[in-house]
Amino acid sequence: MLVLFCPHCQEKREEEEFGYGGEAFRIRPASPDTADDDTWADYLFMRTNPKGWNWELWSHATGCRKFFVVKRNTATNSIAGSWTLSDGRKVYDAEGGSQ
Amino acid sequence: MTSHRIRHEKARVDFGRPISFHFDGKSYTGYAGDTLASALLANGVRMLGRSFKYGRPRGIVGAGAEEPNALTQVETGAATIPNLKATQVELYDGLTARRTTGWPALDFDLKSVSGRFSRFMPAGFYYKTFQSRALWPKFEHVIRQAAGYGSAPEEADLDSYDHSHRHAEVVVVGGGPCGLLTALNLGRAGLNVTLLDEQRELGGWLLSYPHAIIDGQPGYDWLKNIIAELRSLPRVQIFTRTSAFALHDLNLIQAVEQLQDHLPLAERSETSPRQRLHRIRASHIVLATGAIERPLVFGNNDLPGILTASALTTYLNRYGVAVGRRVVMQTSNDFAYQGACDLARAGCSVVLADTRTRPNTVWEQRAHAAGVDVRPGYAISGALGSRAVKAAKLVKISADQNSISGDGPTIECDALGSSGGLSPTVHLYCHDGGRPHWDEEKLAFVAPAMGRAATGIYCVGGITGTFGLQPALMQAHEVSDAVLAATGKASVGERRSIETDEPNAIPARRIFRVPDGKVEGHGKKAFVDFQNDVTAADIHLAVRENYRSIEHIKRYTALGFGTDQGKLSNVNGFAIAAEALGKSIPDVGTTTYRPAYSPVTFGTLAGPHEGDTFEPKRYTPMHASHVARGAVFENVGQWLRPQYFLKAGEDQDAAIRRECIAARRGVGIMDASTLGKIDLQGKDAREFLNRVYANSWTQLAPGKCRYGLMLDENGMVMDDGVTACISDEHFAMTTTTGGAARVLSWLENWHQTEWPDLDVYMTSVTDHWATAAVVGPKSREVLAKVCSDIDLSPSSFKFMDWREGTVAGVAARVFRISFSGELAFEVNVDANYGYHLWEALLAAGAEFDITPYGTDAMHLLRAEKGFIIVGQDTDGSMTPFDLDMAWAVSMKKPFSFIGKRSFARSDTAGPNRKQLVGLLTEDPSIVLAEGAQIIEAPEVNPPVAMLGHVTSSYFSPELGRSIALAVVRDGIKRRSPEGQNAGRDRLFAYFGGQTHRVQVVSPVFVDPKGERQNA
Repeated sequence: MLVLFCPHCQEKREEEEFGYGGEAFRIRPASPDTADDDTWADYLFMRTNPKGWNWELWSHATGCRKFFVVKRNTATNSIAGSWTLSDGRKVYDAEGGSQ
Repeated sequence: MTSHRIRHEKARVDFGRPISFHFDGKSYTGYAGDTLASALLANGVRMLGRSFKYGRPRGIVGAGAEEPNALTQVETGAATIPNLKATQVELYDGLTARRTTGWPALDFDLKSVSGRFSRFMPAGFYYKTFQSRALWPKFEHVIRQAAGYGSAPEEADLDSYDHSHRHAEVVVVGGGPCGLLTALNLGRAGLNVTLLDEQRELGGWLLSYPHAIIDGQPGYDWLKNIIAELRSLPRVQIFTRTSAFALHDLNLIQAVEQLQDHLPLAERSETSPRQRLHRIRASHIVLATGAIERPLVFGNNDLPGILTASALTTYLNRYGVAVGRRVVMQTSNDFAYQGACDLARAGCSVVLADTRTRPNTVWEQRAHAAGVDVRPGYAISGALGSRAVKAAKLVKISADQNSISGDGPTIECDALGSSGGLSPTVHLYCHDGGRPHWDEEKLAFVAPAMGRAATGIYCVGGITGTFGLQPALMQAHEVSDAVLAATGKASVGERRSIETDEPNAIPARRIFRVPDGKVEGHGKKAFVDFQNDVTAADIHLAVRENYRSIEHIKRYTALGFGTDQGKLSNVNGFAIAAEALGKSIPDVGTTTYRPAYSPVTFGTLAGPHEGDTFEPKRYTPMHASHVARGAVFENVGQWLRPQYFLKAGEDQDAAIRRECIAARRGVGIMDASTLGKIDLQGKDAREFLNRVYANSWTQLAPGKCRYGLMLDENGMVMDDGVTACISDEHFAMTTTTGGAARVLSWLENWHQTEWPDLDVYMTSVTDHWATAAVVGPKSREVLAKVCSDIDLSPSSFKFMDWREGTVAGVAARVFRISFSGELAFEVNVDANYGYHLWEALLAAGAEFDITPYGTDAMHLLRAEKGFIIVGQDTDGSMTPFDLDMAWAVSMKKPFSFIGKRSFARSDTAGPNRKQLVGLLTEDPSIVLAEGAQIIEAPEVNPPVAMLGHVTSSYFSPELGRSIALAVVRDGIKRRSPEGQNAGRDRLFAYFGGQTHRVQVVSPVFVDPKGERQNA
């Protein structure tokens, strides 16, 4: 069981309050109707699934219902931090995106 | 009698308080403070069972959690607990226990016969012998009976259990000298400290070594003082009888506290829990879990009367029990000396074979002074005896390699103790991914003192391989200061050196298996793992059969399985495997340490989450009405919904039939309060609906409702429901009962992550509204009696309209929508008036014989109309087109709604998709099983191509025949009449070993033109 910090509630809470939302910062193709099959399939099915640091989406399901991002190490369950979507995006971009 | 009491004042038992107990039907006496094991030994009971595979006599080996043999069944009936280690069962008045092994009787065990044929039962015996599935059933019965340990109770558990969730700045695991000193240092500095110890009293191994001098004080006085001060510190909490059995990610410790297990049955409270599970989140954890002595491996080392040297010492010093009068011990190290001296002073004759040619001279002198016969350079190559140890065969072993260099005497004895060194209790450290490392000097897998300080985990004392008392206490100071530094607290009190009377240790000899001069497997059996009957020869055999990984060797031989989880055996097993593999011990490594450190009952894990408190139940506001009218309830998610209402003399089928007929011919009423309801408001609410639903919401005017299909991004139906336009910026959405929470989270996800620019707010209002659906040709007349401010006429209030008004005196939203195909009105009021509304509608409908109906009738009515239930008729692989619901998809919306693009994927757009159809059986009385396979031909000759399956199936009272919905490959084209051309509508349904001829038809069986709902 993880302990996560909700950046909206400013509280550390047990995992059971949260819902997992999968990989963060996936981008829906801007115009799906004209996206080719490969682009669409990549968006639909492919995930980074790293062993190591992973940016992931969580929602404070039984709290504020807000989505936020967590940087978690999938190998050790260490947590580097929690951010709101917009703050997290800046950190994520500063790190060079998915690298 | 060989084992006996030595009444000395240092013993931790109260000789003034005798206790009577029963074991295997006989009565014995022990004393307060005894464990079942110490009391049995004091009474001369040696043999406690038979071994798992060979049926060999077995007795007590250890004195704590490491005990592999003495598994007992404590108490009887509903109170019985299987497989408790006698070494951990505190004695109480009237305790009743029995052995768990030995079948059919202890004195004659069937398996002891198999012991004579043991060369036919090598490692992997079961794998090799029972690979034939034909043979297994013949043997299974006998083997299961012979192989078992204790038996689970058959009655319901009488006890209650509790869960406690807590936070701590520091958790210290282990109440030995290091744990106590660390807790004191941290507690003095003002930290919130939780100290856990599995034993009855604090002190750890010091309770077994009362003669130690610490800081100039006798050990017990030192203990007493430190415990008194700890108890006086307000922020220190101490839990004894509390075993920390798991350490999870992010410093979560689970521990089980035994609250009543030590009390006589009559004194136990029925109103308080037997055990409590503590789940503790700690900022810092200090593991002071100590070490467990491992025995040496030698021939016949499993005879009753052979214990670890430390267990011999513990029984003598802590419990006042000398296990024998003539004791032979062997050791590879210094740790066995104190016990040997204590036994000699207690009047036992003691011979100590030290495998080292040059023992520690200080200990040698002390041993001589105590009267111990020390034999340097000797080892015990084998024990003699049949049901108990009778003698030890000594041999001279060479100084530089583990081989016999000369013969030695055979010494008669009635107790034998061996010490192969200490194995640190690293389990908790390893539970969340930590790995111990091999320390060649200490001959142990150890955890580092600074543990994983970065994440707040520290280790101190025996677990780090610091086995000497003085260096361990100094290490406790260091670790304390490290924790204080990490928490920003100043240390209180000086950190001066703590002196003890313990001599400086000298290195142990590197020996695990004592040689007997024979090739492994040819001498007497030398056991590594007692509980699983794994011998040194078994490990060699596994290696010969090319098992390389220690994890595989473990599973092939069963090394380290069972309730003791290899606490005595693992290191010996790893070392013997390393030798057989020609590798170093660190190269072989350890197996994986997993929770639980020691067994925990299911009752404790479940705690109060059973029966009514297992899961929350949700009741609608009308619940009491339903109960009063004979409703039989079903669980839908957490909701309790009436499934049908039984009248006198009716069975379920009759009730459903009556309810359906009422709704089709007269008037029925259904509680629809459980439907998920989401209130959407904001300037962009309409645009948001356009994006999350397949159909268009652009034209939906206030006062109108629309049915929508919600798709996932794969284009598959994930939910459906009716949404009403309250105003241009305000919509009321309904979801399926089970999907409410998921849909809200789904919508929030899209809004927050993809379209935060849209001005829309979502609120779950499921519990705020109560909904009564008045259904049937007479529903308008019923509603008219309790509603005067809505024009209910068909020309004014049309199908798929909604109106605001007053029903039964309560403000209401009335939706003219229908899940039955009949004229119907769904009346929504503030949930607080739900009961009032329901009763008022029933009273108004009384003259029309208004009939409450449940979910069974609801399902049947909707199936007659071909209305799908998402999750029953769909399974996450159905598009709107597969459901023949293209009318609910608007491909012209400007924004590419969720799922739209996936319609064009080759698989989604391709042929041969499973599609929704209706099925009519040739024999109208046959109701197909839901899940029945749809096949092409009546013959079933595997492999048979599966065309689809039945999703919903009922007997329709309206039609007087059976109907079914199914998904079938290319089903839409197969439907009659179109499918009749090539006979493609003729298929077969297979279930229960029979095939049934079916015709593929439209799924709308009743009123295909919708005249009733539009009436």
